[in-house]
Amino acid sequence: MASETIALGTVDGGARPIGERLHDWVVTVDHKRLGILYIVYSLVFLVIGGIEATIMRIQLIVPHNHFVSPQVFNRMFTMHGTTMIFFVAMPILFGFGTYLVPLMIGARDMAFPRLNAFSFWMTAFGGLLLYFSFIGGGGLYGAGSAPDVGWFAYAPLTSRAFSVGHSTDFWTLALLVSGVGSIGTAVNFITTILCMRCPGMTLGKMPLLAWLNLITGGMVILAVSPLTAAQIMLSIDRYLGGHFFDTQAGGSAVLWMHFFWIFGHPEVYILIVPSFAFASEIIPVFSRKPIFGYPVMVAATVCIGFISFSVWAHHMFTVGMSSYGNTFFTITTMIIAVPTGIKIFNWIGTMWGGKIMFKAPMLFCIGFLFQFLIAGLTGIMLGASPFDWQLGNSYFVVAHFHYVIVGGILFTIFGAFYYWFPKMSGRMYSETLAKWHFWLFLIGFHLTFDFMHIPGVLGMPRRIYTYEPGRGWEIWNLLVTIGVFFQAAGVLVFVFNLLRSLRKGDPAGNDPWDAWTLEWSTTSPPPEYNFAVTPAVNSRRPLWDLKHPEDPDWKYE
Amino acid sequence: MVGSGASVAVLLAVFCLAAKLSSAAEASPSQSLSIFKPESTPADSIFRLSLLVLAITGCIFLVVFSLLAYSVVKYRRRAGDNGREPPQVYGSNQVELAWTVIPVLIVLVLFLATARVIRSVQDSPEPPGAIRVIAIGHQFWWEFRYPDLGVVTANELHVPLSDPSHPTPTFITLLSSDTDHSFWVPRLAGKTDLIPNRVNHTWIDPHETGLYLGQCAQYCGTQHAKMLLSVYVDSRERFDEWVEQEKKPALGDPAAEEGRQIFETTACVNCHTISGTVADGRFGPDLTHLMSRETIASGAAPNTREYLQSWIQDPDAIKPGCLMPAMKLNDHDLDALTTYLLTLR
Repeated sequence: MASETIALGTVDGGARPIGERLHDWVVTVDHKRLGILYIVYSLVFLVIGGIEATIMRIQLIVPHNHFVSPQVFNRMFTMHGTTMIFFVAMPILFGFGTYLVPLMIGARDMAFPRLNAFSFWMTAFGGLLLYFSFIGGGGLYGAGSAPDVGWFAYAPLTSRAFSVGHSTDFWTLALLVSGVGSIGTAVNFITTILCMRCPGMTLGKMPLLAWLNLITGGMVILAVSPLTAAQIMLSIDRYLGGHFFDTQAGGSAVLWMHFFWIFGHPEVYILIVPSFAFASEIIPVFSRKPIFGYPVMVAATVCIGFISFSVWAHHMFTVGMSSYGNTFFTITTMIIAVPTGIKIFNWIGTMWGGKIMFKAPMLFCIGFLFQFLIAGLTGIMLGASPFDWQLGNSYFVVAHFHYVIVGGILFTIFGAFYYWFPKMSGRMYSETLAKWHFWLFLIGFHLTFDFMHIPGVLGMPRRIYTYEPGRGWEIWNLLVTIGVFFQAAGVLVFVFNLLRSLRKGDPAGNDPWDAWTLEWSTTSPPPEYNFAVTPAVNSRRPLWDLKHPEDPDWKYE
Repeated sequence: MVGSGASVAVLLAVFCLAAKLSSAAEASPSQSLSIFKPESTPADSIFRLSLLVLAITGCIFLVVFSLLAYSVVKYRRRAGDNGREPPQVYGSNQVELAWTVIPVLIVLVLFLATARVIRSVQDSPEPPGAIRVIAIGHQFWWEFRYPDLGVVTANELHVPLSDPSHPTPTFITLLSSDTDHSFWVPRLAGKTDLIPNRVNHTWIDPHETGLYLGQCAQYCGTQHAKMLLSVYVDSRERFDEWVEQEKKPALGDPAAEEGRQIFETTACVNCHTISGTVADGRFGPDLTHLMSRETIASGAAPNTREYLQSWIQDPDAIKPGCLMPAMKLNDHDLDALTTYLLTLR
């Protein structure tokens, strides 16, 4: 039982020289340290990607603005997209997964600790390679610096005829290298979850977070592999005289699109499924009820995992597929709304009849529910392919996927931060500052991304560094840009809260939220070995059973 | 409580404000690119479908939003709570079944309505009187060729009005000479990409004369933003006049002879065509009837003497990163050349 697992205390050596402690972080294979490395690394890139977004929004605040040149603007949106997807969202979610999965399944580490470290450092070097392009991108030609081909880098813009210098090569290599890291992490997740669960934890008794990371792991292997293949093919085109995507020599631009989006659409679910996992852990605890319909939640996510591999060409409704192709991808895209809707209903079911506590983690999850609802509905609009012929590649699409990625994924990530910060640091954050963060970010988010839908409907395409006055777009772009500053203020409060609480926060204790999963049974922060005695569980909520011996879960599950 | 109530209020306020501002910030009709003001069958079919989709998603939004807001407000922990845990409910198969079946039915309806529009827009046959146009995307301008009429122009597409009783739609074949582009005139049709090594098609049948704006909707390189697009819908008579004028070779105006010689002896001829002269380049726009166009540089500047001169001397000042080189002519030659270009009516 979990009670035996209350840990023996840490074996920290006390104050040692800073060089030695840094060295420990570099050579560590401890999943908790690697998880924190992932998270800190992603936060740095979150700030960088945010600055890139701010530069773009300042440029678009008025028509015919001259804040940056078109070349710089094009680099900014390429780097912003690539950074946020590959070096913020993915690693931060992997970071939480790496930290939490072994703790939640009662294991002492991941299945392959050294592969875990290898994966992190591959991802980290990938990010550095991408940003090295600012220095090395010009190559011998002195042409440009950072890549400016867009984050999905459509052929033939990436061919040597249109992209001289090395900026595209740095982009390709960065994704190739970090992709190897992602696949390593996925293998690790799957093996850990399948092989290292503590006694009593059958698949049906795993926390949802473990289930959802298992599904994500499977999706990463299937989705990142074609992307990696495509990057190799692109490099062959660029340096070995290949013609896969080189249209000037008979290659196919559409082939690249298929390769990219067979990765790119599952990627959205690779990001949102771990976010679902956070919501599925946080909402029950702060509603004081178990998750509603656990088996259905698992089944719905498995469905999403499968269907997400059959919808990719809805990113390509305008490339001139046949009407049969468009029809097929319309139905698959629409049908994926069903399991997604089921998940939203189950979260409502979880809150229904509960006693909801509005602490910061829950606030962010409630924000997520409202915003993800809207994101899903605009997704259905875009899934109706004729509607997409109008809305695709317009600002409506940009608003839609930021609603998913910021309103959905980032909100749950902030929720997860506040929820697990006490476990990771041993200290509580400031609830007042966290609420400031929430409200500033919420206002900023809605100013920016609600209004961003409208210029899309009014015919404004994405990726334009400036626009013509008199088309009714000005006011919306102004409001969108104003929202950015609220979001930036919110993030500053967040970072300040984090740094301050690390040193001055109240001690958190083992279980500040009166929660139910295994990570709360050990100390905060957990010792290197996680659990002194391997726990054994009888239900999905081992700590509930412990706290309520008169009414344990295993009687009902 | 504070959280939920206020977030609902914020959302509502945001939508009210949005509705209000959108009526205030209306573009003038000829400047509008709104997808909700269709003037052609493909755009109109999409508009009608979008109303259905908006209505259904709007209803779903209201229902789920209310459920969410209700549960957040109703089941908040109240002041003076007894500290006991609420009843632990694990799920309900009946409820799960209901919220699975109902969405499936909604999706089915949406899908069938959508499939009809896909077929009606995409598989519409080309009627006998249709005008055929080949649109070729270039970095960063549009080439329009009318193969049946022997007309070549750039950036400003002229098409006849299509009378529903005698439809004369325009069927456009979409090609690209370099990177991907996308042809998007929101009030006439949804966008279709122009992809190198690939032949795509779209069609329009405008019901009202006038100017319809659009622009490239697939990132195509540095100046993607200024790859603007205009479609002039003319009455049949005016369209026929325009075709007659465009078919003529360039006039050899003796007053502009010096400018013509400068044109023919500088690098201009490598990229531009002027029919009836030695200039037959295909890399840049056909200039045979340059002055019949309202704008230059794919809509980036008005087609006036001043802008023409500035464009010839330093195109980067108007469109940084465009592929037209700076010609660096002396003042006399520039003047003569512009005088010649101004005769190309």
